[in-house]
Amino acid sequence: MASETFYEVMRRQGITRRSFTKFCSLTAAALGLGPSYAQAIETAMETKPRIPVLWLHGLECTCCSESFIRSAHPLAKDVILSMISLDYDDTIMAAAGFQAESIIDETIQKYDGNFILACEGNPPLNQEGMSCIIGGKPYLEQLKKAADHCKAIISWGSCASWGCVQAARPNPTQATPIHKVPGLPAKPIIKVPGCPPIAEVMTAVIAYILTFDRFPELDMQGRPKMFYSQRIHDKCYRRPHFDAGQFVESFDDEGARRGYCLYKVGCKGPTTYNACSTVRWNGGLSFPIQAGHPCIGCSEDGFWDKGGFYERLSDVHGFGVEANADKIGGTAAGIVGAAAAVHAAASAVKRARSNSGANDKREGRD
Amino acid sequence: MPTLATPNGYQLDTSGKRVVVDPVTRIEGHMRCEVNLDGDNVIRNAVSTGTMWRGLEVILKGRDPRDAWAFTQRICGVCTGTHALTSVRAVENALNIQIPENANSIRNIMQLSLQVHDHLVHFYHLHALDWVNPVNALKADPKATSELQQAVSPHHPNSSPGYFRDIQTRLRKFVESGQLGPFKNGYWTNPAYRLPPEADLMAVTHYLEALDFQKEIMRVRTIFGGKDIHPNWLVGGVPCAINLDGDMAAGAPVNMASLNYVSSITDRCIEFVENVYIPDIIAIGGFYKDWLYGGGLSNRSVLAYGDIPDRANDYSPRNLLMPHGAIIDGKLSEVHPVDLTDPEQVQEFVPHSWYKYPDESKGLHPWDGVTEPHYQLGPNAKGTSTNIIQLDEGAKYSWIKAPRWRGHAMEVGPLARYLVGYMQGNAEIKDQVDRTLAALNVPLDALFSTLGRTAARALEAQWAARKQRYFLDKLIATIKAGDTSTANTAKFDPKTWPSEVKGVGFTEAPRGALAHWIRIKDGKIDNYQCVVPTTWNGSPRDNKGNIGAFEASLMNTKVARAEEPVEILRTLHSFDPCLACSTHVMGPDGRELADVKVR
Repeated sequence: MASETFYEVMRRQGITRRSFTKFCSLTAAALGLGPSYAQAIETAMETKPRIPVLWLHGLECTCCSESFIRSAHPLAKDVILSMISLDYDDTIMAAAGFQAESIIDETIQKYDGNFILACEGNPPLNQEGMSCIIGGKPYLEQLKKAADHCKAIISWGSCASWGCVQAARPNPTQATPIHKVPGLPAKPIIKVPGCPPIAEVMTAVIAYILTFDRFPELDMQGRPKMFYSQRIHDKCYRRPHFDAGQFVESFDDEGARRGYCLYKVGCKGPTTYNACSTVRWNGGLSFPIQAGHPCIGCSEDGFWDKGGFYERLSDVHGFGVEANADKIGGTAAGIVGAAAAVHAAASAVKRARSNSGANDKREGRD
Repeated sequence: MPTLATPNGYQLDTSGKRVVVDPVTRIEGHMRCEVNLDGDNVIRNAVSTGTMWRGLEVILKGRDPRDAWAFTQRICGVCTGTHALTSVRAVENALNIQIPENANSIRNIMQLSLQVHDHLVHFYHLHALDWVNPVNALKADPKATSELQQAVSPHHPNSSPGYFRDIQTRLRKFVESGQLGPFKNGYWTNPAYRLPPEADLMAVTHYLEALDFQKEIMRVRTIFGGKDIHPNWLVGGVPCAINLDGDMAAGAPVNMASLNYVSSITDRCIEFVENVYIPDIIAIGGFYKDWLYGGGLSNRSVLAYGDIPDRANDYSPRNLLMPHGAIIDGKLSEVHPVDLTDPEQVQEFVPHSWYKYPDESKGLHPWDGVTEPHYQLGPNAKGTSTNIIQLDEGAKYSWIKAPRWRGHAMEVGPLARYLVGYMQGNAEIKDQVDRTLAALNVPLDALFSTLGRTAARALEAQWAARKQRYFLDKLIATIKAGDTSTANTAKFDPKTWPSEVKGVGFTEAPRGALAHWIRIKDGKIDNYQCVVPTTWNGSPRDNKGNIGAFEASLMNTKVARAEEPVEILRTLHSFDPCLACSTHVMGPDGRELADVKVR
């Protein structure tokens, strides 16, 4: 029943019109859209069919799936039962062996060009691809087959987006992110990086695609701007302490107990584009910095190979929050506008002068 | 030569029909299983293969030991945190770092909440569909289901006929749509499913309830670790400083509000496990209690390292609240101590693994391991190197190594821990086990089975939820006594370290005994080796031909329909396999890896 709309499915499953309307406004809120968009979502859900999803697993640790099931708004249950048709996901599917593999062929036959391919993990190219075997063959083959026929690809997490831990030096299996896999057709790819990505970011990306029948606006690296256009540092609740030159010098010191800035103990928030400090984790409960640990930059390309997690960044820009990832681009770590170390010193001076700093001019602001 | 006797007591017969299950689904990672069935559809030979490999230990070489927890945590996102905890313990052991009492309590709370979460999600979302038929639930009478619910768990609030009717309606519409999603192509007409429709409806309802509830459990780790999955850890303690009274306590990681949050979730965990999970196990177990297949090695050789230190920094068995010890050769009353530093005890073998040793007749202790990937199919394999039709278990056939304890293939996991604890007379464990056996009216021997493994996991979730409360109370008592410290940073700076040290850290992961061995040289990781639960359970044959726990557990099981091997899934799932964990192991010698050409 591919032509059945989302709204019809929900109604069929005993969900009232009232609940449906409420769901649409909650979705609008979760996507950071104004109340006027609730109507747009409602209209879309009433007219758009449910879309089949094949969720494939390569080399990974399943943290993306585990994150996904922790989504609070919407609940993972409602995504799986009502929003998409999750036809293949070897982590939760009842079928196994050839009965499982035949589902991929069936989906291709029935929905050629009209299903979403969700990739968790990545394929290895060394060992003839046989360090990740599905059905006796390299995972690469399963991936290529599904990619050839899909409508679009979601690269879940840092493995699919960048390569992540198995691709860290020396990358013994030659684990390769989806967009760099040789021989893959040119399909639209949306990257949702993070190790793992935030649950509500994952479900919001799905809800956005279903609602508007298109990808959200992406930055030059292919990430949805709505979640990845700002650095964690830009909206960190500890940012005032950075600006005031108040830092944690070592773990469990007085600064740590007072919630000071973690920059000096290695925080990668200033170079990491993600929504941790705004959406936060697990239903908006907390995020790494709030729990006292520096950000390790897990949504950034190659974050495993960018120096130790407790080493201080030496190349931090002090530019303002309106700069997004595209303006700074992938060069954030390369071009030194003004080292945060300089900024830290500057703020210490400023603090000494007891300057309230309302008009402080930060180095490198663009 | 179709028949072969293994040293650990199994008669393997490869003459019958070969059945292949690849991929084995509802597990973490990638796995293949092949069995031979005799004329009566009884499994007479079993071959389990880890089908992925990532090479994390080579990646760790030369890195900062303080970062190792983050790398090893990414071995697995399902048992997230347990590798990280093992890693910080290994580094602390190597450097002789003592952690504060509060750090021990917080780590224990995080580890225990993982046990609760992992066991719950495993049962409902990875294992239940081996016993529960969602399609059959459509035939249930909601009123009778309500009565069943109230009989098995009078305290669970969601028990009205209307509640079950609503769920059934949603399920019916879902099934009737023809878009079955994750339930597609299940074996729903297989006679191996035995529950009456009402029990199926109750269990499917709890599948959905548990899916909603599980996201709450791990919020404990979001408080202490900042995010879940993959919370943050720290060598020397925990990163979450405590501030209850001072100015700016509101911005501190641990304050009164966050402690209250953890307290409330802990209570809800205890309630959910005791009102839903345990009663479901008893109810479902009651319908399958004569299905006693799958015992495998459990009544012969089991292993547990122990975990959950009561007081900080004491890892001796008497201070560990989870059982420690090894049982071998079926001598259940004799529990042996385990020493992870003894080169004669834990050893890994590779004659049947896709790795190469200079001398494959010998095993190597993890501190002295040699590993080199060597993907090669045996001469009797069918298909090609990139299109395997059938494996040759006489040669190399898995990305998993074969760890052995004093030469014995061992089973690890909740059942192993519970058997060791039971035999040692652990009062809490004995009480739980005896009550469960009485409720089901089965003898102790019933534990040595697929269902015994599944039941032990549920009991352990209950134990862990209660112990989570114990350590939260302890944390608050310590803070009340004036100690708010959470980290010892005296040796955080690598400049303070000796030039060469080695250490070992261990935990009981949800799936079983886990240890990391580390060598540190000049402030960097010189080598790193993990031996993980699914390496023990999923191991291929060793140099002497002993079969591993997965393979042993499948032996002699009768399969109802060869083309629908639900019985195989049932038993494999009872171990909660984690293939990303088991197959990362390699390269402690740090040898440069060349591309491996196949044959």
